[in-house]
Amino acid sequence: MTRFKLSKKYKAIAIGGSAGSFQPITKILSVIPKDFPLPIFLCLHRLKHVRHGFVEALSIKSLKPIHEPFDKESIKREQVYLAPANYHLSIELGNTMSLSTERLINNSRPAIDITLESAAYAYRDKLIGILMSGANKDGALGMQKIKDRGGLTMVQDPEESMISTMPNSALSVTEIDHVLKTDEIIEFILELDKMLRSS
Amino acid sequence: MQQEIEIAELRKLTELIKEKYDYDFKNYAMSSFKRRIKRIVELYKFKTIDSLIEKLESTPSFFEEFVSEITVNVTEMFRDPSFWSVLKEQIIPNILLNHNKLNVWHAGCSSGEEVISMTIMLEEMGVLDRSNIIATDIDTAIIDRAKKGTVSLKNMELNASNYERFEGKYTIDKYFQEQNGKAVFDPNLIRQVSFRKHDLVKGVVFSKFDLILCRNVMIYFNQTLQNDVLYKLHESLFRYGYLAIGSKESLIWCDIANKFIVVNNEEKVYKKIKD
Ligand SMILES: C[S@@+](CC[C@H](N)C(=O)[O-])C[C@H]1O[C@@H](n2cnc3c(N)ncnc32)[C@H](O)[C@@H]1O
Repeated sequence: MTRFKLSKKYKAIAIGGSAGSFQPITKILSVIPKDFPLPIFLCLHRLKHVRHGFVEALSIKSLKPIHEPFDKESIKREQVYLAPANYHLSIELGNTMSLSTERLINNSRPAIDITLESAAYAYRDKLIGILMSGANKDGALGMQKIKDRGGLTMVQDPEESMISTMPNSALSVTEIDHVLKTDEIIEFILELDKMLRSS
Repeated sequence: MQQEIEIAELRKLTELIKEKYDYDFKNYAMSSFKRRIKRIVELYKFKTIDSLIEKLESTPSFFEEFVSEITVNVTEMFRDPSFWSVLKEQIIPNILLNHNKLNVWHAGCSSGEEVISMTIMLEEMGVLDRSNIIATDIDTAIIDRAKKGTVSLKNMELNASNYERFEGKYTIDKYFQEQNGKAVFDPNLIRQVSFRKHDLVKGVVFSKFDLILCRNVMIYFNQTLQNDVLYKLHESLFRYGYLAIGSKESLIWCDIANKFIVVNNEEKVYKKIKD
């Protein structure tokens, strides 16, 4: 018996991270199988005016290609989308993504709250939200929305997080289904992968 | 207001606005539009969407404010410096090879940073006096700000570094003076510019241009509206005129894509090749 809340209903994963999240996220990406079916949205705090380099850095170990979507690009299975520098990334109804330059939220653009909240709205209970290490409270509200809409919430174990402010903020505002170390997050995704493929 | 705004409420709101003010926000991209409405509701402490609708119904003077809040005016000078380098080195010289005059339209000019950047660049190229620049936006308050040619000093650090990365001839300080926490740009720079209110959704075609900049404006529209607006932008270009959109926007899924060719894919510059 697994200890995870696995289900075949899930349609997407949204991951937020800030300071200290680069390494664990690279590690996760290095084991998610190339054909893991769900789309993954990554919203990571990054330098606002550096357009290039980040995707490349994340891609080095990733088995899947990572792509910064264009405005109104359609969401496809198996893809990993990274919020581009200096734009907020939203998930729209009707299976597309949109970008915007609204003011900074929690001092960030892209803001994790925006990606998580819009994804929660679009995917309802079929979304898995994961919040990793970070030094501010961005993403906490987004996790709350995911919970409110019936999705699954996970944070990186504050004990393991290089900077625990972000996971802790989420833990303080909403119910988090799983508090996991990076290796356990990987285990979760691999088990989910197996389940999604079984008939 | 803690609850989620319902789609039905948004629809009611956009219908009222359409009917009473003849502005159509129905095809704005849903998630950012919803966030903007939520922001207005919080800012003005409305209890419900219905009370916002009532206010709009009863108070026409509130509508201008509403439009200012709905629109996202975030902008920078020389945003994406590499884009401006392409304009300077390739696009503008190309246009001037065949034309004596350069007609430019900034569609969605916001507070004018993009316009000042254009005039500085053209001045440094020695062609500003051959240029005719129209700058439009839907938001009257922001156009008024643009006309003043002032930029908040706290943004000047970023603007200066963009200008530097663009490899402008001087340093940006040459062009403005500090006054009450503002950078006031030399009014002489905008001598060839006329600012107007214009709504891209209504899409009245009012002139033809060699170059249209419509950057980070259509991201606030859904695909249906993007499609419609692109028809109008296409119509507003001379044949072989250029269209520049934001670096994370794309033309490829629009009906009219085949009437353009990609001139620079990285910087999203297109050229109209068919009427
Ligand atoms: C984010 S700003 C872009 C400014 C500048 N072009 C840039 O890239 O930095 C978007 C602008 O589009 C304007 N806008 C929104 N809807 C519009 C419409 N229907 N017609 C004309 N302008 C519109 C807004 O008022 C806002 O000033």
